[in-house]
Amino acid sequence: MTNPIGDLEEAGCLFVIGSNTTEAHPVAAIRIKRAVKERGAKLIVANPKRITLAKLADVWLRQRPGTDVALLNGLAKIILDEGLADEEFIKERTEDFDAWKASLAEFTPENVSRITGVPVADLYRAARLYAQPKHNGSSIVYAMGITQHHTGTDNVFAVANLAMVTGNIGKTGAGVNPLRGQNNVQGACDMGCLPDVFTGYQKVNNAEAGAKFQQAWGVELPETPGLTMPEMIGAAHAGQIRAMYIMGENPVLSEPDANHVVNTLKQLDFLVVQDIFLTETARLANVVLPGVSFAEKDGTFTNTERRVQLVRKALEPIGDSMPDWQIICALARAISRKLGLAAQQFEFASPAAIMDELARLTPSYGGISHARLEEVDSLQWPCPDASHPGTPILHVGKFSRGLGKFTPLKFKSPAEMPDEVYPLVLTTGRKLYHYHTGTMTRRVAGLESLAPEERVEINPVDAEELDVCSGDFVKIASRRGEVTARAAVTDRTPIGVVFMTFHYAESAANILTNTALDPMSKMPEVKVCAVRVERIAGTLAGASAGGSRIGLS
Amino acid sequence: MGKITLKFNDKEVQGESGMTVLEVARSGGLYIPTLCAEPDLKPYGGCRLCLVEIEKMRGLLTACTTPARDGMIVKLDTPYVQRIRRQVVELIVSDHPSDCLMCPRDPHCPRFNVCLRDDVVSPRCVVCPRNGTCELQQIVEFVGLKEMRYRLAHRETDLDTSNHFFYRDHDKCILCTRCVRVCEEVQGVAAIDLGYRGRHARIVTALDGPLAGSNCESCGQCMARCPVGAIVVKNYRGEPQREVKTVCPYCGVGCSLYLQIKDEKIIGVRGDRAGAANRGSLCVKGQFGHEFVNHADRLTTPLIKKNGEFVEADWHEAIELVATKLVENRGKFAGLSSAKCTNEENYLFQKFARGVMGTNNVDHCART
Ligand code: SF4
Ligand code: SF4
Ligand code: SF4
Ligand code: SF4
Repeated sequence: MTNPIGDLEEAGCLFVIGSNTTEAHPVAAIRIKRAVKERGAKLIVANPKRITLAKLADVWLRQRPGTDVALLNGLAKIILDEGLADEEFIKERTEDFDAWKASLAEFTPENVSRITGVPVADLYRAARLYAQPKHNGSSIVYAMGITQHHTGTDNVFAVANLAMVTGNIGKTGAGVNPLRGQNNVQGACDMGCLPDVFTGYQKVNNAEAGAKFQQAWGVELPETPGLTMPEMIGAAHAGQIRAMYIMGENPVLSEPDANHVVNTLKQLDFLVVQDIFLTETARLANVVLPGVSFAEKDGTFTNTERRVQLVRKALEPIGDSMPDWQIICALARAISRKLGLAAQQFEFASPAAIMDELARLTPSYGGISHARLEEVDSLQWPCPDASHPGTPILHVGKFSRGLGKFTPLKFKSPAEMPDEVYPLVLTTGRKLYHYHTGTMTRRVAGLESLAPEERVEINPVDAEELDVCSGDFVKIASRRGEVTARAAVTDRTPIGVVFMTFHYAESAANILTNTALDPMSKMPEVKVCAVRVERIAGTLAGASAGGSRIGLS
Repeated sequence: MGKITLKFNDKEVQGESGMTVLEVARSGGLYIPTLCAEPDLKPYGGCRLCLVEIEKMRGLLTACTTPARDGMIVKLDTPYVQRIRRQVVELIVSDHPSDCLMCPRDPHCPRFNVCLRDDVVSPRCVVCPRNGTCELQQIVEFVGLKEMRYRLAHRETDLDTSNHFFYRDHDKCILCTRCVRVCEEVQGVAAIDLGYRGRHARIVTALDGPLAGSNCESCGQCMARCPVGAIVVKNYRGEPQREVKTVCPYCGVGCSLYLQIKDEKIIGVRGDRAGAANRGSLCVKGQFGHEFVNHADRLTTPLIKKNGEFVEADWHEAIELVATKLVENRGKFAGLSSAKCTNEENYLFQKFARGVMGTNNVDHCART
């Protein structure tokens, strides 16, 4: 996020796109609701689903799944045509404006309306609200609904273009604010658990950065970027990757085309999985190493607003399990000895000492230490030195790259469109009561009883055609596989679209999803794929909605 | 904002214009009893305990709803204030299960004592989970209420046990509406409201049905705010022996919270009001989703697969095996780190992949 979570309350207008905030980021949603109810902010929601926030919205844009670039470009065009752009910001702080402006020509409201299914009048209303916030600025909030597409990078550029054309960057109540899914996704990226960068996004193929890390770690380092997760699966399938070490992730449920992932992992010569439970992925391993939960170790997490906070040990590790940092160190030392490398590179007295090392090598974390966090509670990076107070709002007065760059974008349809055989679009998301692949939440009895099973949401119109009632069992099939689950007939989900979560191993939506990758981010398009739905035997007697087609909303 | 100065009894306290009399008093470290006021909720003026007299203003005023003005002279405990305040408490207690509250033996009775002065086991402090942490008990002690002049039949309504994590005991509710206000003003859910009138007043859902059938999201923030034993966690396991401040393990909001520990188990969670991301709020996962930590399915020892079955192993054997296998496959290796692990662990993971395994094949499930 360019702006802090608390800052959402300061916005005069909030534009929430591709985020079902009340389900996936409930406490961030609180700020949005407060901004609207207590501070009179305007709210624009763009989501194919009628999410809870849509009820609160001044305008709800129900775009077709996968048409975000067209929608965002269309809004930008209206803003320009109506003279609502922030000319001064564009002149002072951006580049490539003219080329971008020219690229918008085809995105007339009528064209955009045809592509997205959003009425022209709503496009105008949304554009005007966004460009003229009641106070402070306009804030765009988005989540995986923007990024999990084969056009994910384009979508993100389109969001940035819209924020720049209205000057909504680098000030209170404005910004471009992605909500990250997992507690420490931000941190894992910051720490360089990405194939092309060291910590703090220092490129592995940058000679200076390479030299710095080689010197610090006392080893030769590879300069060519490595493989992303989906590419690893591909390479493993092709036999180029023979061994994997998976720590605290459950790709069997979280990655698209799950059957393919399982088969590939089974083919490996050696798989080691480190986790706190015997997950679906761990079952495939040759060796399973027991790590510990967040409650049994010290360290830090970095949340979606770049805020680094201390995680403190509250309990001793259970049984013979060991904090993950100690396991990595033990393994690294054992291998270092076999290879004749310096094992003391992995001798640390505590996580605080690890933080000290990484802070020395990472400019944006330079001023962060456990001792300092004990004092000030939290710090938002960039925080280059020990006297720096942290950076709540990014790009104030100047972009980190200098000038903000407008990126011309073309509309591309989703990689897999519905057809005769697979006539419906499947889109995936989250539920309030569960988290990710359910490894943790499905072991909390109360949460499990609140949401014990998958409920595939189907619009009443499609349900009528398929002869499906709420509570019926249905089979959902795509080109990659099929799953069964119970149906929930609701007009929250639009006609032609079905919705599933990925929390349930027994109805694993990712068996169905598409691996089509965004060429830049390598993000798979799990938000859109084509499926077929049919009712199967096993209707429960007296199904909860009493057999009615509408219910459970 | 302008600075203002008020005088409380004989003490001068500085505040900012826009504050209430109660806020200025508290910022100066002065105690005014309250049951309905909460710093982050809108003033309600419902419990009427914060009564004060202010020079040049008529009658008794509720400090929580009176805007502070420069030069106000506030009297906190005139005989008049004390008398009326005591009556207010008496009224609150009159339909409360008050047997222990006024009982002279109270200090001698341990928790969950079976009372010998009563022939039926009725609801009362010794059998209430909030005994000892109850704000009403503190207020009764503060005003020095020792005997009751009137006693209304208490309400004896059913418990609402429909929620999975906590129950509501309407009998103990003092109608401070903190739960209603936190649900609406902070969580933005508005699942509950004050319903009915007079003696029949109570906190209800939209159709006065059980909480579980309403739009309640089970965030438990009403429970966290209740001053008495009217909203209580199910499966109550006593008071925590210690609290450890940490961060929620679920989504990217990163809510700051305290884990409440007793006998080396997590027995509860308390949102951190100073937390920058959440200011005390939590969702249902952060508030109630900690059971997995002590779950019986936790892996407690390394496992090695032999002939298709996992067998328990010791750390030395497991690490040696992994090390040997990874060395054999150096050059054909890829690592997946974790968005659930700490920064320090992620740093080490990529250092290991790059520095030891010699590859940039390192990623995590960032894209899901
Ligand atoms: S709520 Fe307080 S006063 Fe009432 S029974 Fe419980 S401890 Fe006693
Ligand atoms: S649990 Fe949360 S949503 Fe439910 S009534 Fe209490 S505060 Fe409201
Ligand atoms: S349930 Fe608790 S918080 Fe709610 S009104 Fe009653 S006493 Fe107050
Ligand atoms: S309490 Fe809820 S909103 Fe806060 S970090 Fe945890 S899961 Fe996210």
